[in-house]
Amino acid sequence: MAHRAPPLSRRLLLHGLLSVAAMAVLPPLAVPASSPLTRRLSGTDVHLPRVGLGSWITFNVGSDPVLLEECTAVMAAFFTAGGRLIDSSPMYGSSQATIGHGLAALDAMDRVYAADKVWTTSPAEGPAQIEASRREWGVPRFDLLQVHNLLAWERHLETLQAMKASGEVRHLGITTSHGRRHDRMEHIMRHAPLDFVQLTYNIVDREAERRLLPLARERGIGVIANRPFQQKRLIRRLADKPLPPWSGEIGATSWAQFILKFIISHPAVTCAIPATTRVDHVRENLATASDPLPDHGQRRRMAEYVRSL
Amino acid sequence: MGDWWTYHPEDFLMFSERVYTRLFMLHNQALWPAQLLALALGGLVLFALLHPRPGSSRLVAALLAMAWVFVAWSFLWQRYVPINWGIRYLVPLFVLQALLLIIVGATRRDGLGLPTRWSVSRGLGLVLFTYALVGHPFVAPLVGRGLTGAEIIGLTPDPLAFATLGVAVMASPAGRTWTLAAIPALWCLISGVTLAILDAAGAWLPPLAVVLALLARWWPEARR
Ligand SMILES: NC(=O)c1ccc[n+]([C@@H]2O[C@H](COP(=O)([O-])OP(=O)(O)OC[C@H]3O[C@@H](n4cnc5c(N)ncnc54)[C@H](OP(=O)(O)O)[C@@H]3O)[C@@H](O)[C@H]2O)c1
Repeated sequence: MAHRAPPLSRRLLLHGLLSVAAMAVLPPLAVPASSPLTRRLSGTDVHLPRVGLGSWITFNVGSDPVLLEECTAVMAAFFTAGGRLIDSSPMYGSSQATIGHGLAALDAMDRVYAADKVWTTSPAEGPAQIEASRREWGVPRFDLLQVHNLLAWERHLETLQAMKASGEVRHLGITTSHGRRHDRMEHIMRHAPLDFVQLTYNIVDREAERRLLPLARERGIGVIANRPFQQKRLIRRLADKPLPPWSGEIGATSWAQFILKFIISHPAVTCAIPATTRVDHVRENLATASDPLPDHGQRRRMAEYVRSL
Repeated sequence: MGDWWTYHPEDFLMFSERVYTRLFMLHNQALWPAQLLALALGGLVLFALLHPRPGSSRLVAALLAMAWVFVAWSFLWQRYVPINWGIRYLVPLFVLQALLLIIVGATRRDGLGLPTRWSVSRGLGLVLFTYALVGHPFVAPLVGRGLTGAEIIGLTPDPLAFATLGVAVMASPAGRTWTLAAIPALWCLISGVTLAILDAAGAWLPPLAVVLALLARWWPEARR
């Protein structure tokens, strides 16, 4: 599934021209205006902001110059708000190239914590796919590589371990979503040396609380929570319902913030990775990585409130 | 995909409606004024279908075949594949459709076997073709996507598939219809499902084209 661009394709040329144009229009990235709350990845000195950025659908915009600039603006707002981890995959169409375009336009290679995936049934194709992805992003190396949806996970993990040993990637992990294959996730978490797992966790999809989140804590594995808004379905469902009067106590001014505060306040969760096409939304999302965060009792109250709606 | 019940239809789409509809805008911008040529050539095919003569089959088949190859390359490969990797598997089918048109329409002695007498199948075939040529381009402006998002025959897949279905149902004997209609019908179904998942207006049009094609073929009168 590797996408290989020819040495100088029209697309590359267009990207180059757009990057130059974007650099002329966008102000240079400011020092982050605020510092979001971070969580340290166990056993490392890596501190990651509790809210990252996903790229499924939202950044798959092909070579559309208008949409590429909109995505770049989202990334600019993300970095300005102190964001670091961006998540993508070779499965996400042109999203990796969009991220590469934004990173180049914003000169943000040193700001990003680059999290990508390997996604192929053929273990032999893994290294070539990872290299193709790296070129799309334009980063010298990935910070995190994850085996997407556990596809051919045993052999891919061997590849990733070898890459980690030789310094070609900093961290490695595995992903799932929608609550799928938690048994297999648990097995791998118990037996393989993982830095991260990525799974679906939000205020209504709480299956991970039973085994995977406690196990991640126990084994010092970082957790990336995907589909925080169930690809927006959750926000649509709650949109016409009132926030509870006590939402101010946990610092939430919208349903998006309410949901994110719930996710990132779980002690095992390193960060949530909402995806968005909007600058105001990325700011709103990053703003949740701040105090106050709900404590255990407040979390229970939040979940009960949503269930009661 | 053992746990298939956990999937929603939208889990299978990897781009938004905005990105999809803008593909057509960008395509039109990049190709202008090729739309005029495409419409003129479409008009020529319609004329050949209305007044078939020796050589009409070849003309119709050759122009449609060119259009399938052009759409495969310029729309599917250059624009659609970058946002939807699954489409790369359909590109060879578009080329195959072009080959089938050439084989059936240009190399057989009686070509497509275009009818000269009026029948339900010929009428519905002409309706499909005419709609593809002059009706479908107005769907985009009617649903608020503007004329710049118009889908033009010969440049984009939906109207090309409708038009080819129209020609296929006119062809005889029936074996030729099925040979020429299978890939356009498959495309119409894929396109309809895509538009439906995107919640885009007009998602029912491509499946309707298939229904009309089947009706045209199975209408009792149409048994030639
Ligand atoms: N197996 C895997 O590895 C896997 C599976 C699924 C997801 N993921 C990762 O997880 C990321 C997140 O999941 P997701 O993209 O499926 O869904 P999501 O983040 O739950 O939802 C994205 C949607 O939420 C909306 N949104 C974002 N912020 C908002 C706000 N503040 N207010 C209102 N709406 C808001 C966005 O719309 P707007 O554009 O209007 O803001 C977007 O349509 C993915 O992008 C991907 O990187 C990984």
